[in-house]
Amino acid sequence: MNNLLLLPILIPLFTAVILIFLNRFTIASRWVSALSFLSTVFVSFLLFQKVQADGIQTLNLGSWEAPFGITLVSDMLSSLLVLTTSVIAFACCLYSFRAIGEEREKFYYYPILQFLIVGINGAFTTGDIFNLFVFFEVMLMSSYVLLVLGGTKAQLRESVKYILVNIISSSLFVITVAYLYSVVGTLNMAHISSRIAEVGQPGILTVIAVLFLIVFGLKGAIFPLYFWLPGSYYAPPAPVLALFGALLTKVGVYSIMRTYTLFFPHDPGYTHELLGALAVITIVVGIIGALAYWDVKKIIIYNIIVAVGVILFGVSVNTTESLTGAIFYLIHDMLIKAALFLLVGIVIAITGTTNLKKISGLIKNYPLLGWMFLLSALALAGIPPLSGFVGKLLIIKSGFGAEAYWGAGIVLMSSLLVLFSVMKIFINGFWGIHRTYEEEEKAPVSWLLISPAILVIISVLYGVGAELVYPYILEAAETLTNPSTYINAVMKE
Amino acid sequence: MEIVMAFVVGIIFMAATYLMLSKSLLRIIIGTGLLSHGTHLLVLTMGGLKNGAAPLLGEHAPSYNDPLPQALILTAIVIAFGVTSFFLVLAYRAYQELGTDNMDRLRGTKINE
Repeated sequence: MNNLLLLPILIPLFTAVILIFLNRFTIASRWVSALSFLSTVFVSFLLFQKVQADGIQTLNLGSWEAPFGITLVSDMLSSLLVLTTSVIAFACCLYSFRAIGEEREKFYYYPILQFLIVGINGAFTTGDIFNLFVFFEVMLMSSYVLLVLGGTKAQLRESVKYILVNIISSSLFVITVAYLYSVVGTLNMAHISSRIAEVGQPGILTVIAVLFLIVFGLKGAIFPLYFWLPGSYYAPPAPVLALFGALLTKVGVYSIMRTYTLFFPHDPGYTHELLGALAVITIVVGIIGALAYWDVKKIIIYNIIVAVGVILFGVSVNTTESLTGAIFYLIHDMLIKAALFLLVGIVIAITGTTNLKKISGLIKNYPLLGWMFLLSALALAGIPPLSGFVGKLLIIKSGFGAEAYWGAGIVLMSSLLVLFSVMKIFINGFWGIHRTYEEEEKAPVSWLLISPAILVIISVLYGVGAELVYPYILEAAETLTNPSTYINAVMKE
Repeated sequence: MEIVMAFVVGIIFMAATYLMLSKSLLRIIIGTGLLSHGTHLLVLTMGGLKNGAAPLLGEHAPSYNDPLPQALILTAIVIAFGVTSFFLVLAYRAYQELGTDNMDRLRGTKINE
């Protein structure tokens, strides 16, 4: 029992309530918001240290004993993800000060930002499958508002589709939980896991596993369920896009990771093969999109889909090594995608366009922006010693070890093409003839550079210091491959 | 009883799918409402349908219903209600701004629009 688990959820929640009242005072709400995220980062770090020292932490809400009440569980994986989420939220919040515009700030931008983080941190921490649905809804509701806030034509048009897709997937989620409940008779994730292990996953549970894959695949944008993502993510402004791209799809990926290792590890010949095949096709589709467009936003958006595929391929191989790689790559991708979207946001703020053919020679006036973009592009592709390398190395190595030659080969090839797709932005946008742009004077570039700088520095340290981080990631992966550790931690109290 | 409910839920899902595939935004929203109704009925059915008896646990209760599906449905209804009302407001705003509720004209294939 440890109340620390609740704080990364409660601090943003209470701040959101306070911020609703502070709405008229823009400056005050900015700093209260940033301060709240900073304290969330601090608390998440304390939680991470606690988990590292004492193992898995649990909290039974309302002191209802483990299988009957709602349990919050923080193992290494979830505490690491909560920490990463808080850091990204803080960076995006700082960026928003000068990027989001007074109009949106007046219409409850900061409270909604806090609610979004409540949902995401909750989804990472909860140990109850229905509670996961509730936190998903908190997160989605905030994302609807963030997506539509501003009310431009494109935003309204895309919000309609985004909401429709998510309502359908939420309904499917409830249906799947109902099926699972009727089979195993419990909602506590640890309890579900031990009961499924007892009956040895008959056919009906494999069906439920595939249903879960559809539900979380819709959120996480895997093939063939990714169709809504490029359109919807294109609409909102840069800081919102960074939060969506870095965090929302990753919650889906985390849920697949959790359910497929905790609930359904007994029939990998069917479920994990399916996941692996879909993951590989996801990579291919993402690559085609990333190469096809000459639009800076679209290129990075399609790279989200590639990364989801790479991580899920690691999950589908399902060994300790591949899961270590998947977790390593997951955290790397959250950091670097947020940084890339924020940097692209600056490029758009300077040039006023997303069309790559109308941008060139930016490095002359903005060298720092250029080098940071280059660094994140290299990290995204997985060039050593930057952060993408270790994760991809482990995923590919374990893929070859498990004789999944096709999949591992495509992951390997995808790195080159990802590098090409982002280098296209660097070569065309930053090199070439210097141009002047109309909006150039107004862009607060030096302020906007702070947030991506924080993220890029963390990501570089994460890559260079991989040796130091590796034991924690390994521990997270070992908890995933041995569900009994998780079950014992939850059920003992 | 469960078999009958399965058919009822199936028919509701069928109607919901039909409505969601139509072009008018309002029909789509009614479809999502129906979809969530079907979901709630399904959750109720999955808990097992018994005749009578409140979900109260006495020491020697002769019969009782499983209270958990009811708690789940209550939560899901509240969420579905919130999402549907948000969707309705959004649809109205989108209609004001874009001047159409026809999904064919909301495609947005031209980017940068």
